[in-house]
Amino acid sequence: MSDKLIIAGREFASRLFIGTGKFASNKIMAEAIEASGAEMVTVALRRVDIDNPDDDMLSAIDRKKYLLLPNTSGARNADEAVRLARLARAATGIEWLKLEVTPDPYYLLPDPVETLKAAEILVKEGFVVLPYINADAVLAKRLQDAGCATVMPLASPIGSNQGLKTKASLEIIISQARVPVVIDAGLGAPSHASEAMEMGADAVLVNTAIAAAKEPVKMAAAFRKAVEAGREAFEAGKADVKQQADASSPLTGFLRD
Amino acid sequence: MKIEEFQNIPAQKDTDILAALSDDGGRYNRQKLAALISPGAEKYLEQMAQKAQKITRQRFGNVVQLYAPLYVSNFCVNSCPYCAFNAKGNSSPKRLTVEQACREADILADEGFRHILLVSGEDRNFITVDYLAALAAKLRKKFSSISIEVYPFDQADYERLFAAGIDGIALYQETYDRSDYARFHKTGPKADYQRRLETLGWAGEAGFRSLGLGFLIGLSDWRTQTLAMAEHAYFLMKNYWQARISFSFPRLRPAENVDDKLFEHMISDSELVQMMVALRLCFADAEIVLSTREDANFRDNAAKICVTRMSAGSRTSPGGYSEKNSALKQFEIADDRSPAEIASMLKSAGLEPVWKDWDKAFTGV
Repeated sequence: MSDKLIIAGREFASRLFIGTGKFASNKIMAEAIEASGAEMVTVALRRVDIDNPDDDMLSAIDRKKYLLLPNTSGARNADEAVRLARLARAATGIEWLKLEVTPDPYYLLPDPVETLKAAEILVKEGFVVLPYINADAVLAKRLQDAGCATVMPLASPIGSNQGLKTKASLEIIISQARVPVVIDAGLGAPSHASEAMEMGADAVLVNTAIAAAKEPVKMAAAFRKAVEAGREAFEAGKADVKQQADASSPLTGFLRD
Repeated sequence: MKIEEFQNIPAQKDTDILAALSDDGGRYNRQKLAALISPGAEKYLEQMAQKAQKITRQRFGNVVQLYAPLYVSNFCVNSCPYCAFNAKGNSSPKRLTVEQACREADILADEGFRHILLVSGEDRNFITVDYLAALAAKLRKKFSSISIEVYPFDQADYERLFAAGIDGIALYQETYDRSDYARFHKTGPKADYQRRLETLGWAGEAGFRSLGLGFLIGLSDWRTQTLAMAEHAYFLMKNYWQARISFSFPRLRPAENVDDKLFEHMISDSELVQMMVALRLCFADAEIVLSTREDANFRDNAAKICVTRMSAGSRTSPGGYSEKNSALKQFEIADDRSPAEIASMLKSAGLEPVWKDWDKAFTGV
């Protein structure tokens, strides 16, 4: 029986979160979400008419099945992110928020100063804040202290599919965090997701690797299995990696002679 | 930046071209771009296009964003001989009041557009900052992103326009070649090359989110122009790093009052594709914009390669959406399909037409 993931008191059976950008159609997106087994689905507020129930993208996501996690993609400072979050909550009542403050439009790397500032405001206003951050362990602790529900450090630049380039820093974050650690951005293959889960990440978020695959639905299913396998491996407790066979004890063998 | 530096692009060896082609970083350097736009690279065009497509899908996804231009005035004080709005030829200029412009915009909103581009000649007495701010305030109710393609303002004006909710600008240099520029812009405020060159920076300084570059294809040698434009873009990216740059490809079109003998440096479809894909390979995250200056066949195919933003159903005269009028058009469009037809073309190409990819909460108050 595996541990359940709990974020802000809510239980998730799936440890795979999925993003909704870049799909060739809303139909493919909906099928990929279904195949991924994800229960948490993030949507860029900039892409949808959040107060319009007939919005094409929103109506393709079954809100009874999935927790919709609006994100502030496009915000370049705390003010913009906070403004967008408030409007979205006023229109929908959704309190969950993936906080993204990415002033650089090219690599979409998160701004640590503005992210923390926005998180402090939004937590006080009652939002469940899941901040997207660089793999910075001190920032993760500051956000956790500010009351964020998770931290979401990146594995490599968003959309880059490069995998766990920040591995050493992610290991520190995972070992120190009190809140769930969701590895977000840059996971380009199921093997990357699996490795992240084996390291002890609580969950991963994947978008480009699924949406830009030749067969997104099949790739979503592959990520589902990889995340499950990686989690099981983590729970099973991996045996140590050894550089060589250790048949003898060259230094302490004399004690038994 | 000196255009003179680019006047004589050295011949590129095959090894330079192959090196440029094997660089997967999607980042700009002058040597790489020079190799990719060189005549010798033509034989690698298919390879370049495949690579450009791959980068585009990875960075932007399987989507193309749609927008519509809204012409608010065809009056212009300049006398650019390649444009129908030139002061000498335009005997009955037409301007839209804010209310008339809103009626036009309502039609665009009903068609699904959420991104709108306000276009005007250099009509400083009527299309003022106050006019644009007042119009933007009304358009914000229906549109998520408002851009302008008008004439150069100064930085304080751009700050006001940004505060009013206008987040994007397109301002083409027309030609980066100073002597050609002087030849085509003899009178009027547009004669000031340097001012035009610096304007996008002022908009960047004022907080604009999207900075649109281009040159009029046909006025000067395209290879030299492409390198100069890339240097301009690179400068803007470094200095206004919070703005995204976009490249447009306005290939000159037949227009009233315009003698097409002026178009001395017209380029082929193949050269235009080479230019687009070479820029994509050097600017992985730049928007690549294609208007209805290009015909349906070219647009349908270019959309599959590297285009990320397209106009659709455009009318290039003030009042053109609501009236079957005869107001002067800036140029004849080459793709007259409706927005719905463009959307369904994209869908059948496996691409999602995106009407909204911005939010008014990011700008204005």
